[in-house]
Amino acid sequence: MAAEAPPTSTPQHAAGPSGPNHGLRIFLIWLPVAIAADLIIWLVWKPHMPPGDMSVTASNQQFDTAVLAVVAAPVMAFVLLYFAYSLVVWRARPEDDTDGPAIHGNTRIQATWITVSSVIVLAAFVFGTVELYSSNGAGSGQGQSPIQVPAGPKLQVQVIGQQWKFTYRYPQFGGFETTDLVLPTNTWIQFNVTSIDVIHSFWAYQLGVKADANPGVNNVAFTKISNTGTITVRCAELCGLWHGAMFDYGQAMTPGAFTTWARATEVRLASVTKQLPPYALTYDPTVVAQMSKAMVAAGLTGAPGLYYPPQDIYQP
Amino acid sequence: MSLPARISLLVVAFLGVVAIGVFVVVHYFLVNPPVIDYSSGVTADTGAVVHVVMQEDPQNTVSTHPDWVSYFIQNPQTKAWVHTTLFSVPAGSQIDMTIYGFDGCTPLRNNYWGKVTGTVGNIVRVNGKPYSFINSWSGCNVGHTFSIPSINLNVPMATPGLIQSNKPGLCPSSPCLPGDPKQVPYRVMQFTFMTPKATGTYFWQCRVPCGGGFLTGFGGPMSTIGFMTGNMTVVS
Repeated sequence: MAAEAPPTSTPQHAAGPSGPNHGLRIFLIWLPVAIAADLIIWLVWKPHMPPGDMSVTASNQQFDTAVLAVVAAPVMAFVLLYFAYSLVVWRARPEDDTDGPAIHGNTRIQATWITVSSVIVLAAFVFGTVELYSSNGAGSGQGQSPIQVPAGPKLQVQVIGQQWKFTYRYPQFGGFETTDLVLPTNTWIQFNVTSIDVIHSFWAYQLGVKADANPGVNNVAFTKISNTGTITVRCAELCGLWHGAMFDYGQAMTPGAFTTWARATEVRLASVTKQLPPYALTYDPTVVAQMSKAMVAAGLTGAPGLYYPPQDIYQP
Repeated sequence: MSLPARISLLVVAFLGVVAIGVFVVVHYFLVNPPVIDYSSGVTADTGAVVHVVMQEDPQNTVSTHPDWVSYFIQNPQTKAWVHTTLFSVPAGSQIDMTIYGFDGCTPLRNNYWGKVTGTVGNIVRVNGKPYSFINSWSGCNVGHTFSIPSINLNVPMATPGLIQSNKPGLCPSSPCLPGDPKQVPYRVMQFTFMTPKATGTYFWQCRVPCGGGFLTGFGGPMSTIGFMTGNMTVVS
């Protein structure tokens, strides 16, 4: 029996120490790709990232998203580049049935990726925490007791969620209520968000403000508008049959135009405002304190002015 | 159990699940009440006057939910009352709406909705008398509202008297008959509004929490097409 012939050539992947420096190759390709990707993200994409830059909160959200994209793009570029490089350079050639070289590990590479990953994650943690804490940060729904409150005077705007419409009260203008959301530019605005039935969520898209509207809860959010324009308001919490239709459009206008509108609306709605409950941060939807005594005495409502008498099994 | 028997059982069970799914889709999602056509014979965008007639009742004895409050719409051709809340009107037209209010009162959660908006003159005529606001908290005044949010239309429906919703003394069976001296009192609400020039579907709703027994009073009839909410379809 004839002896098996020795291989006539060395497989490409077994180039050994004398082969090309793949790491350097990949790095040299990756570096310009990563720089180009980051420049495109920052200079071209960032100005168009949602939710825009109509307010300080929106701008900060845009900034945060852009920063995270700039951090993520080089990582993603490296993964894709390495994948492509492997397919091109290390693919098996036709009729090459040999095994690849044994893997013995590489302490330097392992230490590098652990270090780089840790730095990126810790930096993102610190960055995110600072941005959420900052009063101008992306966390615009600061909750019932905001940690950071912008200094200076603020326009108070109450947002009342109800199935299936938002209404707005302006306590500094007599407490009138309206379905029109009108806001001034260059003024700190404090949204006091609540509900009188189920859970809603006030989402003023272009302002970068989204705050849950819960019954019995005053949820505070701040913003300052930079530019005039239209604001899209949507409910962002599934709240029943017509949740999808619970949206409207607000207007941001100059402080002078806003003041003119607010004073005119205050006068126009004065007779209606008298019939509303006094302005409060929350309203108890199960009690109508203003119900006429005659109506209560007639047993047409529950004793404390409930919607339905106590004996009624139906108590919405 | 033999293999053929097990396969047969599996197939039968699978078909059963499919049949249930089809039934649910067809019965609950695809079947809607009829659409009352108020647009035929009327040219859109001419400001033509269309007279739409509805009524709100304290119950709906012609449905499977006889204790649910409900609107009815009158067929303009036959004058018959139809258990539906869907109607079509021409675009760019004047709608003269008449709603007979048979139901008793329930206060609004938000008294703001006692304000009339979106009608010509921002008024509603109740038995001929104009109102721009009906206070549901000062007495037994408001039973329901007719509201189309997307065109800012909101009209409170006055109640026939000091009668709470779903209490004795109200019209006992639906549809109620306006003008019948044997019937209980009712109110006639009349208002006018313009339909948008843009065709499409505009949902309307009641803002009074009249879905007794459901969360916040906005379930049941308040969330069911054919009772207290529906669509106004604007056609060209």
